Amino acid sequence: MAAPETSTAAVPTLYTNNTLRNAFGGVLSFFILLLIGVMAFSIRLFSVIKYESVIHEFDPYFNYRVTQFLAKNGIYEFWNWFDDRTWYPLGRVIGGTVYPGLTLTAGTIWWLLNSLNIPLSVETVCVFTAPIFSAFASWATFLLTKEVKGTGAGLTAAALLAMVPSYISRSVAGSYDNEAVAIFALIFTFYLYIKTLNTGSLFYATLNSIAYFYMVCSWGGYTFIINLIPMHVLLCIVTGRFSSRLYIAYAPLVVLGTLLAALVPVVGFNAVMTSEHFASFLVFIILHVVAFVYYIKGILSPKMFKVAVTLVVSVGLAVCCAVIAVLIALVASSPTKGWSGRSLSLLDPTYASKYIPIIASVSEHQPPTWPSYFMDINVLAFLVPAGIIACFSPLSDSSSFVVLYIATSVYFSGVMVRLMLVFAPAACITSGIALSQSFDVFTRSIKFQLPGISSNTEVDAAETSSATAEAQNDAVKTEKSEETSKNRPSKKSKKKEKEEKPSTKAKAEKRLLALPLDSSVISLLLLILLGAFYVVHCVWAAAEAYSAPSIVLTSRSHDGLHVFDDFREAYGWLRHNTDVDDKVASWWDYGYQTTAMANRTVIVDNNTWNNTHIATVGTAMSSPEKAAWEIFHSLDVKYVLVVFGGLVGYPSDDINKFLWMVRIGGGVFPHIKEPDYLRDGQYRIDSQATPTMLNCLMYKLSYYRFVETDGKGFDRVRQTEIGKKHFKLTHFEEVFTTHHWMVRIYKLKPPKNRIRGKTKKSKSQKTSSTSSRGKRSGSGKKNPWQ
Amino acid sequence: MAREKSSKDNAQALFHSLRSAYAATPVNLKIIDLYVGFAVFTALIQVVYMASVGSFPFNSFLSGVLSCVGTAVLAVCLRIQVNKENKEFKDLPPERAFADFVLCNLVLHLVIMNFLG
Repeated sequence: MAAPETSTAAVPTLYTNNTLRNAFGGVLSFFILLLIGVMAFSIRLFSVIKYESVIHEFDPYFNYRVTQFLAKNGIYEFWNWFDDRTWYPLGRVIGGTVYPGLTLTAGTIWWLLNSLNIPLSVETVCVFTAPIFSAFASWATFLLTKEVKGTGAGLTAAALLAMVPSYISRSVAGSYDNEAVAIFALIFTFYLYIKTLNTGSLFYATLNSIAYFYMVCSWGGYTFIINLIPMHVLLCIVTGRFSSRLYIAYAPLVVLGTLLAALVPVVGFNAVMTSEHFASFLVFIILHVVAFVYYIKGILSPKMFKVAVTLVVSVGLAVCCAVIAVLIALVASSPTKGWSGRSLSLLDPTYASKYIPIIASVSEHQPPTWPSYFMDINVLAFLVPAGIIACFSPLSDSSSFVVLYIATSVYFSGVMVRLMLVFAPAACITSGIALSQSFDVFTRSIKFQLPGISSNTEVDAAETSSATAEAQNDAVKTEKSEETSKNRPSKKSKKKEKEEKPSTKAKAEKRLLALPLDSSVISLLLLILLGAFYVVHCVWAAAEAYSAPSIVLTSRSHDGLHVFDDFREAYGWLRHNTDVDDKVASWWDYGYQTTAMANRTVIVDNNTWNNTHIATVGTAMSSPEKAAWEIFHSLDVKYVLVVFGGLVGYPSDDINKFLWMVRIGGGVFPHIKEPDYLRDGQYRIDSQATPTMLNCLMYKLSYYRFVETDGKGFDRVRQTEIGKKHFKLTHFEEVFTTHHWMVRIYKLKPPKNRIRGKTKKSKSQKTSSTSSRGKRSGSGKKNPWQ
Repeated sequence: MAREKSSKDNAQALFHSLRSAYAATPVNLKIIDLYVGFAVFTALIQVVYMASVGSFPFNSFLSGVLSCVGTAVLAVCLRIQVNKENKEFKDLPPERAFADFVLCNLVLHLVIMNFLG
């Protein structure tokens, strides 16, 4: 009775209440986002707090050196830079082989700050680039998930991404690597694609292409985008979701994207010639065909359309088959079918171990173990399936994209542990959707069943129903839904109009999803507990597991904290005690650090683009002293650097990597055979080791004078005494060993002035004639170095 | 025989109905279609030229062909957004569609000029 009056009187306040609530919600989400950004930044600062503001690992040192060059010499020098201090004597074209996105970004930030008179050094900018961009990445995740499912899901996903350990591991402060900005670019490109798909605006399509350009500049993983988006377009076409918005979202991206990708020197013409990009062109053609078919269908009558179809099918099929046959012939003629080695190893996980041992030897390229999933994404591992189901109700273009993204990224993360990083944003998005939906359901059930708030439930119920139904804030509608809430007695309503589907769905939803009060309260508490577990794990992982700079090592023992700063000690010694033009040979792991910190020319470094050059160094390390001296002398090497962990128990030293040196060297120079270094198939360095092993350069350089440390020569990593304990070096001399014997530097002894005896003379003639590398005699087994 | 004749009749009837249906489209859309046809035709000429004299400055060839294809694609997008029969875009003012078209073309041609070499 009183209902109509109260309703008409309540309309203005209801309306303003709603806008006020919306405005409050907007401000609240803004502050939450700001806090998420701050959290993403701060959780990555553990390494700066525990150690110092230093660049970590190996690859970041190269990026740091390139950024230093850019900051000092400007962009034109950078594009044209030919680096002669690495891969001696080949050099490396930096402008054409590096992904410039990261260095240009950091260089721009440094230049901007300096022009504002904030004098941060290049190193500081480089160290803190990754945390800043992870904050941006979490904001981009918010935008992406908001387009898929709404603001609540967006905020949850952003919070999850800010902390997920997998992303932290590659973006701590100091990890100045491509992924730091590439993940932000990836998520932002996906967001703009989904936005274009949802709105059909060409403006966002342009922005999408520019964001894709930024992604191509930053990381080789851009091929994931240019294959995932065509796959999604194909999925939409096949499931009958073709619309003109799809065309606007995809077609400009292909054309502009290919052009922009070809602009980046590293990609160049690969953008149109390698198989990684063919999927986009194929789907481009298919999309045009489908669009044309829809257009013809639209302007013809059905009978005529049938005639057209039969005509086209008969003619077009023949032409299509011819074109496809030509294409297949072209692609099949190349041995790798046009794919690059790394991409092929993603599709066929056994490819690398059979054909390219260098790719197989990198630890990041191994498949992950099951525990590493739990370590890297923790609780999200069981929220992801719930999120996938939530994406299906209702299934829209954007949620089908999320499902496809997570399916493909799960597969690829299973092939290579490094790609867990691409899987992490997908996991956060789907888990965010799942968590937010469950929170919605539980809080709604609690709200509708709490007694004693009956006077306000009228307004509250109306507002939540209008929120869930996503319809206009209509007083009529709110009244209608009021009537069907559980606690209200039925009322007479004057409004006869039947509501559209959203309202009835809201009614249906409310009837279905009002769970019992106690179970929803307990479930809510359990969900919060789940979130707490996640947060605790993430903070622990960031602090303990992923913050090690790996150039400085620490260990705790009964007498406190030991710090092992041997690497920087060695590089410092090299920097101050050798000539600027001296060449240093070491295994390729340390190349970047040597050029960046010691500022000396190296023979091979982490870029590993020339397998033969690396095999040469590997052969030298596996050969006896004299042969190794010959090889190094032919490369103008003055110093040899080895890393040895036997005194302190550092497990990633060169003796442990030695078998890879043998394999890679043996892959190019057949006189190095792996079984020669193994005793009964086992790798040993004790008294049972083979003579080849005990005489090779790596053994000698690692264990020279090692017996003087404890009298017995006990190797703490291999847990055994070494085989050959007392020996002298004939062609090398030791010049420096660091404090904990972790890095040992040797100098090549100059060639003898006087040659004695007949045999020596013929040998010297042979050495001069074989000083040109790569010259081999007829039988493949002859050692070219003698 | 009869089948052939009927199929020929069918083809003619199809052709006529296509023609009449297309004649009914508004003039501005026909102008856009003409522009698309011109762009595709230019691209085809460039491909034929490349096939006859070789593709040496490959970046020039790529940028030329892709600029033609790109403007064709963008014009099709404009046509989609301006078409009055399209229910999804009835809230979009045609001036906004044209402004987006111009912006995207600007970006495209900036890249083309850079890549032309």
